Amino acid sequence: MDHKELTGHFLELIRRASTVVPPDVEKAIRQGIENEGEGTTAASTLTLLLENCDKASDASTPICQDTGALYFFIDYGPDYRQKQLREAIEEATAEATANYYLRPNAVDSVTGKNSGNNLGAGTPIIHFHERDEDGLRVRLMLKGGGSENVSLQYKLPDGRLKAGRDMDGVRKCVIDAIFQAQGKGCSPGVVGVGIGGNRDTSYSGAKEQLLRDLGDTNPDPELAKFEAQVLAEANSLGIGPMGLGGKTTVLGVKAGAMHRLPACFFVSTAYVCWAYRKAFMSVKGSEVSYD
Amino acid sequence: MIKLTLPTTPDEIRKLKAGDEVSITGVMVTARDAAHKYLVETEGEDVRDLLKGSMIYHCGPVVRKGDDGKYTFVAAGPTTSIREEPYEAAVIDKYEVRGVIGKGGMGGDTLAACGEHGSVYLSAIGGIATTLAQSVKEVLDVKKLEEFGVPEAFWVIRVENFPAVVTMDSHGVSLHDQIEKKSRETYDKLVK
Ligand code: SF4
Repeated sequence: MDHKELTGHFLELIRRASTVVPPDVEKAIRQGIENEGEGTTAASTLTLLLENCDKASDASTPICQDTGALYFFIDYGPDYRQKQLREAIEEATAEATANYYLRPNAVDSVTGKNSGNNLGAGTPIIHFHERDEDGLRVRLMLKGGGSENVSLQYKLPDGRLKAGRDMDGVRKCVIDAIFQAQGKGCSPGVVGVGIGGNRDTSYSGAKEQLLRDLGDTNPDPELAKFEAQVLAEANSLGIGPMGLGGKTTVLGVKAGAMHRLPACFFVSTAYVCWAYRKAFMSVKGSEVSYD
Repeated sequence: MIKLTLPTTPDEIRKLKAGDEVSITGVMVTARDAAHKYLVETEGEDVRDLLKGSMIYHCGPVVRKGDDGKYTFVAAGPTTSIREEPYEAAVIDKYEVRGVIGKGGMGGDTLAACGEHGSVYLSAIGGIATTLAQSVKEVLDVKKLEEFGVPEAFWVIRVENFPAVVTMDSHGVSLHDQIEKKSRETYDKLVK
């Protein structure tokens, strides 16, 4: 595929991520409306979220004004090169900003100057994975600043939470992170959990969990049980949509584990707000599909 | 859903209770950090008449200027309100503001001012930028644009059916405090 065509597909992927609510998120919000019951503030708040999504996709304008940071996860076959993909992504990102699909969100940390096109040192963020099969699988997530600010990392044992170095300790960390996000990241959100790893891999592992389908079940039975338990407990906190009370505080909890050093036990939470924007694309030869 | 028309009176506002869902129609004014500082430190000549009986919206909008020089709101979600806590009680008192709209709730001073003067705090929904921008039917004026910049200026807007929830009323009830307290009880059981 030539450069121009490839850039065009990345642009379309960004447009979809920013303006179209993913089907699994929409389904989870609808389920929330049902659980809250008619006539409640929580149900009407959730209904307004979906109405906003409809209007955004009709007008092809961003679901939320904070279009966040761009995270690309790319599996690429022998017919592609990283450099070629990076160039196409950067061009598409600048164009998406010019088209108002993205707000200029890249600020020089030293001078305070906004680059104006979402390009700059370390942005957009791209994770490459090589694969044997030809073609591409691209997963894109846009994650806003309000939700990034409430993501946290814990080191077990944690005295304040009386959390030990076991799965119950991990559970306490996640509940604490959700409690602390109250009234800040626009709820209901989804929490990715990175168990173990190092400082950096624990955080990025937590974030990658957010790319899973909200309706899936963790293949590890222990983690599947953990996710279900934490989801139920978090929703018993009563924080609700926008922190105005209700049963829908989080739409999902997704956890992944990594081996750790004997001396370290990190737990990281990646909180994403209800404006949980992700879009996927597969490329095979000249065929492109979005999902 | 309670229909609320601006400007309004303390008597009308006192009928509202924390938890009420309202739909607002009328003229309101956006104000953020620079604007609140200005309101407290000066006599606020530019906006004094507009604020009387009206509401302040904590919002830093994305605004498009058309070829004809007219402004339209493209995105208009609420911003975090607590930053204005040091100013808001004085602003409510001095300018006879009947409501403050934002995100996340405010503190004890604002709650007390609401009780004393017959005002309310309302939560708008974070992230529904398109819906809220579409309920802004007209940008009537803008004050202090040069001095404060687009997000911080006073935008005088006419809204229709702007959705919000009363979360701090004039009877001393804050939904934010109630929910925080209740969720903390559950949290303590789950964690400690
Ligand atoms: S937390 Fe999410 S929904 Fe709320 S303003 Fe930020 S990006 Fe938008």
